[in-house]
Amino acid sequence: MSGHSSYVPKTGIERWLDARLPIVRLAHDSAVSYPVPRNLNYLWTFGGILVFMLVAQIVTGIILVMHYTPHATMAFNSVEHIMRDVNYGWLLRYLHANGASMFFIAVYVHIFRGIYYGSYKAPREVLWILGVVIFLLMMATAFMGYVLPWGQMSFWGATVITNLFSALPVIGETIVTYLWGGYSVDNPTLNRFFSLHYLLPFMIFGVVVLHVWALHHVGQNNPTGVEVKNVEKDTVPFTPYATIKDLFGMVVFMIVFGWFVFYQPNFMGHADNYIPANPAATPAHIVPEWYFLPFYAILRAIPDKLGGVLAMGSAIVVLAFLPWIDTSKVRSMNYRPIARQLFWAWLVVCIGLGYLGAMPAEGGYVVASQIFTVLYFGFFVALFVVGLFERPKALPTSIADSVLASAKGGSAARLATATAAEPNVKG
Amino acid sequence: MSRTPFRLALTGLAAGLSLAMSQPAARAAEGGVKPPALNWSFSGPLGKFDRAQLQRGFKVFKEVCSSCHGASLIAFRNLSEPGGPEFTPGQVAALAATYQIKDGPNDQGEMFERPGRPADRFPSPFPNEQAARAAQGGAYPPDFSVLAKARTYVRGFPAFVFDIFTQYQEQGPDYIHALMVGYKDPPAGFPALLPGQNYNEYMPGHLIAMPKPLSDGQVEYPKGPDGKAQVPETVDQYARDVAAFMVWMAEPHLEQRKRIALWFMPFLVILAFLLYFSKKKIWSRMPDGSPAH
Repeated sequence: MSGHSSYVPKTGIERWLDARLPIVRLAHDSAVSYPVPRNLNYLWTFGGILVFMLVAQIVTGIILVMHYTPHATMAFNSVEHIMRDVNYGWLLRYLHANGASMFFIAVYVHIFRGIYYGSYKAPREVLWILGVVIFLLMMATAFMGYVLPWGQMSFWGATVITNLFSALPVIGETIVTYLWGGYSVDNPTLNRFFSLHYLLPFMIFGVVVLHVWALHHVGQNNPTGVEVKNVEKDTVPFTPYATIKDLFGMVVFMIVFGWFVFYQPNFMGHADNYIPANPAATPAHIVPEWYFLPFYAILRAIPDKLGGVLAMGSAIVVLAFLPWIDTSKVRSMNYRPIARQLFWAWLVVCIGLGYLGAMPAEGGYVVASQIFTVLYFGFFVALFVVGLFERPKALPTSIADSVLASAKGGSAARLATATAAEPNVKG
Repeated sequence: MSRTPFRLALTGLAAGLSLAMSQPAARAAEGGVKPPALNWSFSGPLGKFDRAQLQRGFKVFKEVCSSCHGASLIAFRNLSEPGGPEFTPGQVAALAATYQIKDGPNDQGEMFERPGRPADRFPSPFPNEQAARAAQGGAYPPDFSVLAKARTYVRGFPAFVFDIFTQYQEQGPDYIHALMVGYKDPPAGFPALLPGQNYNEYMPGHLIAMPKPLSDGQVEYPKGPDGKAQVPETVDQYARDVAAFMVWMAEPHLEQRKRIALWFMPFLVILAFLLYFSKKKIWSRMPDGSPAH
């Protein structure tokens, strides 16, 4: 997709700079003239939304750090100091806490979109794997951030999750001791989590740069999954077309974000985290933040501790192998009748796992979690098998053709393109 | 052929969900009775605290609760700040002066006591948790500062989804009010209470260490011009007032938050409309002049 640069320096200063550091050219080529498939739907605005969320989290986080005290005896009260005595401190903290949730809502939409439209398939494997790396970094960052207010769920969540590493043979105990900085979750744990919580977002930022670089090199996928064939006909320049659409998507997302921040700021949190951490009192039910619940359900579904940890880890890592698990050459599930149904069933399974993760690990919930865990991994097996025999629907010959066909709305037009597209199916 | 995997998944889903759904009944019994949802002046997008209610709630807190419960994050000055009970600064200074606050060391190196100032935090009834437990037969009366946000009850599915749209989030005050009015004789068949145990309908597990704290007529409320109290001096009313006061303590900037939302949310909606029509306009023409879609 990266064609020749269309940047023309207009002033003498621009020409002078362009010969020495073509930074304006870089910005122009990646955010103005960069060709975008013209048929992208609103699910594609979530990439931009995620960049916005990352920046918002970093900005609110940096200001919060100015008022926060990372010490086991002072952290809880310093958060309350932010809520009470810092000007607009309540706003900063609610933006940051709800921002984490909104970040995950956006990233889950982004991931599910990638899976539905086969955005992981060649030549976008590296782009996809970088995305999985970002997702892992996000999880680590969010987990450590949740520990910082040093409430009951902070403390006990940290205890449960760090203890998981002890299941690993040989090195497990050592890892846990290093995570804790001692022999239990305590002030050293809080201090190193604080340090890492500040570091990781910048690492995320770095991987996001690679992610966007890879994206701009291979070009965006699109709802048909058909590659761009004619840049003139199939694409539009990023500015103004994608810019305005992304902006609109972002503002709609901000309305949802604002709804929680201003009206329901504690909806996605847990009441127990307003109780200061107490190593002597275990909460009735230790639950992680909602965005970890599906993985938490998988962890608890396996009776063996090491088995549970491995299953939970695999549930995330398996995503990185999707480009090779999925055997179909057709990207978009719009053209894959069986895979599409599998996808929707899997989406329900993921939500079901989230529900089960919030329930206590007893009786029927455990059995249900086990069934759902099998279904979760079953999706990947099914995707492998289905790709071998599924007969995809006819693909449009080009992005422009698919757009024009749906604009005309005539089934005849679509039929015509469909026939013409037949040889392209396996390509 | 093509529908088989889908059906399989659906069957599995149905099996899993039915197993999952068979459980909550058992949990509800363990948890206690759901508190009734009351009408609170501060709920909803236009919610505001009722000043008179906060002032009454403070009176209940000061005369009853504060003998065992602290509010260590609240400063006297907060009581006169906008969005709260809004006592006058004079009232707050006079109130603070009635407390003796430990200060120091002075230039002799001695700790000393002095009358309170508006900037002081509310003195806690016990010097530390151990002292509180020792005085309370082992139970620790929790600090009130954020308690209204630290107490809740399980909403369950699907109620918690509807809560997003109804903005119901008053589980804390509802539970606190219910707890105050929930002291009853244990039902027949309930195990005999040990010393230091009390039966409460709404306490998870029904056993609570705190004895019934409020009774009718215990706290005198301000009188109207006719010489009668303006609101009933009953346990139910005391409980409502002190629960509202606790919500303010836990969320002192609630009014500011909702006031900002009052212009910021419509601003976002209007901006979204403007961007939507700009987007439509831009996308109405492709660079090559062909129609969009």
